[in-house]
Amino acid sequence: MTVQPVSDTDPRRLALNALAAADAEALAAAWSNWADKPDFKPVRGPETGLVMVRGRAGGGGAPFNLGEASVSRATVRLDSGEIGHGYCLGRDLDKARLIAVFDALFQRDPATVEAQILTPLRAGATAADLKRKQETAATKVNFFTMVRGDN
Amino acid sequence: MYVAVKGGEAAIANAHALLADRRRGDRSVPALRTEQIIEQLGLAVDRCMAEGSLYDRELAALAILQSRGDLIEAIFLVRAYRTTLPRFGYSRPIDTADMLIERRISATFKDLPGGQLLGPTFDYTHRLLDPSIAQGNDVAEPLTAEADHDRAPRVTDMLGHQGLMEPDLGFNHVPQDEVGDLTREPLQYPLDRDLRLQALARGDEGFLLALGYSTQRGYARSHPFVGEIRIGEVEVELDIPELGFPVSLGRVRVTECQMVNQFKGSSKVPPQFTRGYGLVFGQSERKAMSMSLCDRALRARELGEDITAPAQDEEFVISHLDNVQSTGFVEHLKLPHYVDFQAELDMIRTMHAKHAAENSVQEAAE
Repeated sequence: MTVQPVSDTDPRRLALNALAAADAEALAAAWSNWADKPDFKPVRGPETGLVMVRGRAGGGGAPFNLGEASVSRATVRLDSGEIGHGYCLGRDLDKARLIAVFDALFQRDPATVEAQILTPLRAGATAADLKRKQETAATKVNFFTMVRGDN
Repeated sequence: MYVAVKGGEAAIANAHALLADRRRGDRSVPALRTEQIIEQLGLAVDRCMAEGSLYDRELAALAILQSRGDLIEAIFLVRAYRTTLPRFGYSRPIDTADMLIERRISATFKDLPGGQLLGPTFDYTHRLLDPSIAQGNDVAEPLTAEADHDRAPRVTDMLGHQGLMEPDLGFNHVPQDEVGDLTREPLQYPLDRDLRLQALARGDEGFLLALGYSTQRGYARSHPFVGEIRIGEVEVELDIPELGFPVSLGRVRVTECQMVNQFKGSSKVPPQFTRGYGLVFGQSERKAMSMSLCDRALRARELGEDITAPAQDEEFVISHLDNVQSTGFVEHLKLPHYVDFQAELDMIRTMHAKHAAENSVQEAAE
């Protein structure tokens, strides 16, 4: 099995990516603001385990195992039948469960999840990344090589 | 042979209670919280994650607190904890070319696309102690500048196009389920590079630093240049069978070092720059640089070089770089060895008596 290319446009995948990148507090706040909370039942977990993170020799060569990361995951089923999966780095079981709930809600009502949850999360993440890039940009350096006077 | 001893339960329990007391220290000083360790001793946390081979800041900070700041003990705690968790799978290989860069420098190219970004570095500081830090001084917000949104290509990929740099091989040629994993299978020498890189990535920073230094001083001379060091966050993606596609689990911070080395060529390979690679969890360029020097030295067999120096000796390097293994065997010497020492003592007594008897016979004869 080799690494298969990935669709960058699958909305469910993009939703799960945004949810995993979010702070646990932001997800908890989004959940508490969600009107008409659905009932859901756990299908699996939430549970914590390990994922072996891989790198590539030389940055772009053959894969190797770099080290593990703690990961939490959960699967839930809404009373309306949708099944949601949540995966995220760390050991926050509540976060994994909320991601699974939002994943299930996204299948039932993508427009509302997009507008109320994903759009603000993405805006926050973009702003935080931009701030970090701007702070790093302030340390950009231009080195000059000196020509020695005697040659 | 080690023969177990029994007894000492009360003394051991009391010693551990005393340890807990000394760990906490003076109760009039506020107790440290793990958030303070994560925020203010971040590089200790990074080392603990890298050598503990487990990316989890809270766990690493707890381990540092519990071990009273003894980082090898903390790494040991992290390694022990990881054995309690199930393995969900293997991530897709991270893409360091797609990093949210926090630092990126090249010692070989002055002008490179994306620029040289110093980031939060100790370089160019004067290494003068700053007493104001001890007083909890206020620290100004960092300055900002217009960010460059271009991708910053890896320096080694830029030279690679001209055939002057050894290319990365095996991007899609190694089946993903055949990548060696030393946490699953005992090591069998000789190793492939994947297993060596895994071992180096979790190896002791001090040990790798010393070996890397030895290559610079002429033990396996490799004439290295830093092609590029980059520090920043990369996405970790996992294929999820129940979804049928990969999702991002979030981002981890890593340090990558591309060391570029002179190579005069061999019968198989034309003269070109060869490369050593370092990749480490967290911000740790000393470790990533040392790793890349050791990776290059350990490629001697593959590149047809003479193996003359310790840093090139794969079995020596890989067998001794793990500080949890090393400390386990060294520190076990302090455990009670009464029975085997008694046996040695009896043997020495017998030999001693025999030696004395032989000498007195010899003296009588003279």
